[in-house]
Amino acid sequence: MADALLTVTDLVAGYRGPVVGPLSFSLYPGEVVGLTGGNGVGKSTVLRALTGQATRFEGAVRRRADSRYAYQDQQPPEIQELPLRAGELLALNAGSLPTTLPARLNALLDQRVDRLSGGQRQLLLVWAALLHPGEILLLDEPTNNLDTDGEALLVATLSELPAGRGALVISHEPDFLDRVADRVVEVGRA
Amino acid sequence: MTQQFDLLFDPLFRLPFVTGALLSVLLPVLGLYLRLRQEWLAALGFAHLAAAGGVLASLTALPMVASAMTLAGLGVVSQAAFRRGGNDAYAAMILLGWSVMLLGASFSHHAKMLGQALVDGQLYFTGSEHFWAALALALVVIALMPRLSPRLLRARLFPGQDQANGHSVRRLGIGFNLLVAASVGLGATAVGVIPAFALIFVPAWVAFALAPGWRPAVILAPALALAAYLVAFVGAMLLDLPIGPVLTACLVLLVPLRLLGRR
Repeated sequence: MADALLTVTDLVAGYRGPVVGPLSFSLYPGEVVGLTGGNGVGKSTVLRALTGQATRFEGAVRRRADSRYAYQDQQPPEIQELPLRAGELLALNAGSLPTTLPARLNALLDQRVDRLSGGQRQLLLVWAALLHPGEILLLDEPTNNLDTDGEALLVATLSELPAGRGALVISHEPDFLDRVADRVVEVGRA
Repeated sequence: MTQQFDLLFDPLFRLPFVTGALLSVLLPVLGLYLRLRQEWLAALGFAHLAAAGGVLASLTALPMVASAMTLAGLGVVSQAAFRRGGNDAYAAMILLGWSVMLLGASFSHHAKMLGQALVDGQLYFTGSEHFWAALALALVVIALMPRLSPRLLRARLFPGQDQANGHSVRRLGIGFNLLVAASVGLGATAVGVIPAFALIFVPAWVAFALAPGWRPAVILAPALALAAYLVAFVGAMLLDLPIGPVLTACLVLLVPLRLLGRR
């Protein structure tokens, strides 16, 4: 088996004090791992501890040396007025726009992001993370605000994850995790 | 009127004219990124600190432009040291800068004249140090922005992304604010405190409503500001008015253009 992209051992994480853990799991290339648990157990805190936005109190996180994170935060940025095309937003993470994109996204490329609906904006932000070259994909509640077609598009894309990439996906929807995840890890409070 | 018209082409006013034109292009571009970061009040905070620095320089016989830019820069450093961001910190800078400027101006006639000029906005009295500083800052912005721009946009739209891969978002913010402080400090001593703020605030505000994308916004904001500046410079010379208020008025007249933006 290939080296793990990410190995988390006995992680206890939080902010001023511990919120979540201890938690252990690994993520291998080509694999989708789901993180699940009730509201407020600290699922998002796990991702924030990986990305440096929350404090690690105990345990170890080992990331493969040559790997990077591609991260979609649960909280989308508040955008009231912003002259930025959807295509420009995607290119920020991708470096340049890929020649092939799903038709739903292609239709949005020339529109300003502040004029998109909540669901369109969510689809765009999830795809911005998917297009980032990082090998470890962190998706935090990616199906929020997505309609059935958008969710189906995401399921199809995660099912065809490139061999070198792995995805850690938080979702409160068991059906979605059943369809995309190879394994599901239950998260509990500290 | 003929005499005033001749003044337009007087070599005495060439350097101030070019300095003002450089600032009219530089400040609105920085204004776009300040607005992106939801920190446009920073421009007013740094401008007031710069004005205080200018007045203090006149009391202590230090170089005025360098002192103004330094005090504005110190505002950024202290903000970073105390980890205080946002509008509260900028409001404190406005109040501190305003009180130091006016108190300092009460200590000597020269400081009082300078304080008045910073309030009125008198581009005509700018010298070569303003020109060279404006040119240097414009070159720095041209050199840095292609690399800074995507990082500033990512920091706003994907706040955790760059940090996740070890790129400091905090250092990026401090570096950008230092660039803004230096530019606003220079602008405040050249065209006045409020006109410098107007150059940062208004064109970016209008471009945010009208531009179809970020690149068009980066062209539109300085283009609007430059057009307003040209009208203001000619108008102020012909009518023998201080350019600061005329420039501010011309910029404010651009605001209704926001109504053309489609929501």
